[in-house]
Amino acid sequence: MIVAEPKPIREILEMVRDYKKILVVGCKGCVTVCNVGGAKEVGILASILRIAAKKDNREIEVGEHTLERQCDPEYVDELKDIIDEYDAVISIACGVGPQFLSERYPETRIFPGVNTKFMGGAIEHGIWAERCAGCGTCLIHYFGGLCPIARCSKSLMNGPCGGSSGGKCEISKDVDCVWDMIVKKLMKENRLDDLLKFRPPKDWTTARDGGPRRLVREELVK
Amino acid sequence: MSDYKSGSNLEKVLKSGSFAFTGECGPPQGANIDVLKKKAQHLKGCVDAVNVTDNQTAVVRMSSWAASLFLIQEGLEPNYQMVCRDRNRLAMQSDILGAYAHGIRNMLCLSGDHQKFGNHPASKNVFDIDSMQLINMVKNMRDEGKFQNDQEIDVPPRIFIGAASNPFADPTEFRVYRLAKKINAGADFIQTQSIYNMDRFRNFMKQVVDMGLHEKCYILAGVTPMKSVGMARYMASQVPGMDVPESLIKRLKGAGKGKVAEEGIKFAIEQIEEFKEMEGVAGVHLMAIEWEHRVPEIAERAGMLPRPKTD
Repeated sequence: MIVAEPKPIREILEMVRDYKKILVVGCKGCVTVCNVGGAKEVGILASILRIAAKKDNREIEVGEHTLERQCDPEYVDELKDIIDEYDAVISIACGVGPQFLSERYPETRIFPGVNTKFMGGAIEHGIWAERCAGCGTCLIHYFGGLCPIARCSKSLMNGPCGGSSGGKCEISKDVDCVWDMIVKKLMKENRLDDLLKFRPPKDWTTARDGGPRRLVREELVK
Repeated sequence: MSDYKSGSNLEKVLKSGSFAFTGECGPPQGANIDVLKKKAQHLKGCVDAVNVTDNQTAVVRMSSWAASLFLIQEGLEPNYQMVCRDRNRLAMQSDILGAYAHGIRNMLCLSGDHQKFGNHPASKNVFDIDSMQLINMVKNMRDEGKFQNDQEIDVPPRIFIGAASNPFADPTEFRVYRLAKKINAGADFIQTQSIYNMDRFRNFMKQVVDMGLHEKCYILAGVTPMKSVGMARYMASQVPGMDVPESLIKRLKGAGKGKVAEEGIKFAIEQIEEFKEMEGVAGVHLMAIEWEHRVPEIAERAGMLPRPKTD
């Protein structure tokens, strides 16, 4: 899933300080799963906005709405009858959501309420870790099913570097060295030959380096 | 046509069978070339080539190719270091061409410390290619006369290709294989991480010799003299992939006030003496960090002088 975290509340308050009618929009997709942008969090943020306004003796009106998905025009359309009542919208979906809202409702000011972090999953309750860099050409089968592009701090294709220590990355003891994991796994499977294979420079054209990406699947295009 | 790959002094010394001795010089954190020239003068005549570090520990310094050119002007042979952190394959190849055209003949190809350690931790890193791919790219530029995209190079750069090896990093059991991989990728010589745990290094070299790697590549053992107990403790606890045995820290402490640096130098000299005799070791790489002025003394006492003369 796409993992996000709430923006500091002070930053959000600062963003919408001049607006009196604010709509908080959640998303039932990834951000609901990672407890940052679902209906529950919409309610919490709306309450915080109301309390903060009251404290400053400001009159505001805060609406709440959670869409099935903000990354889908069909669901984004759902706001068309209510959005004009508001002069600002805070989207607490991943970075895709507020952009789809901005594109669909160009007259409305849209603000992001979360910081989108990475593609990953929960490794335990309350802890998420990155797994995919979206490079566009998956090669994890060469590396024991582990991705060095996303999980090695230097994206080494021929690691591990000299900074690998006790299974940890040189940048932090909180970061596992994925190359330590790759090497140990492949050696255990007697796949030293695979480890010794030279992996050539990656073609980054399928990654963000090739420019903003777009995917067309003809069989699905109407 | 000579049968040298690059014709560098370092290559000639190693090929002649002499025990090589390389030094290191960090470029200034500014455009102060007087400091650089002063460092260079200490090293002149004491070493066969001088590594010029590339924004080491991710701290901005004068570019390694520019500092390398100053060393050439001062009559020293640079070993131009390049890391993968700051440049993509376009910048790397163009820098290599420029460096070669200006007379640089040795290169050390490295991944580079993560920028988190340095003085611009907010920067974006590159890592378009890794050190293994850099080694291979330089080899193909030299031997095939081709850029990374297979396009022909009009006058290919003839570079003596160096790489690093850290026998003390984890996973330990893979380290000798990674060295083998670098040699296969095209490394002509290897400079190791600073060695303090001699037992572990002896074991590592035994593996190297058993695999015959020393016959395919020149291996220079890394030595960094300890200046103080504090430095030893810092290296032991703070530098990833560094193995400083407690016994060495004890020995330095035991030297007593004012005598620790001398004890550090003594240990370094003992190491060099052992490396001279160790099978598979072709030389020593002395990284006397901000201690260039002590290099002549260390070289002298370790019996490394005079350095062989090559044409």
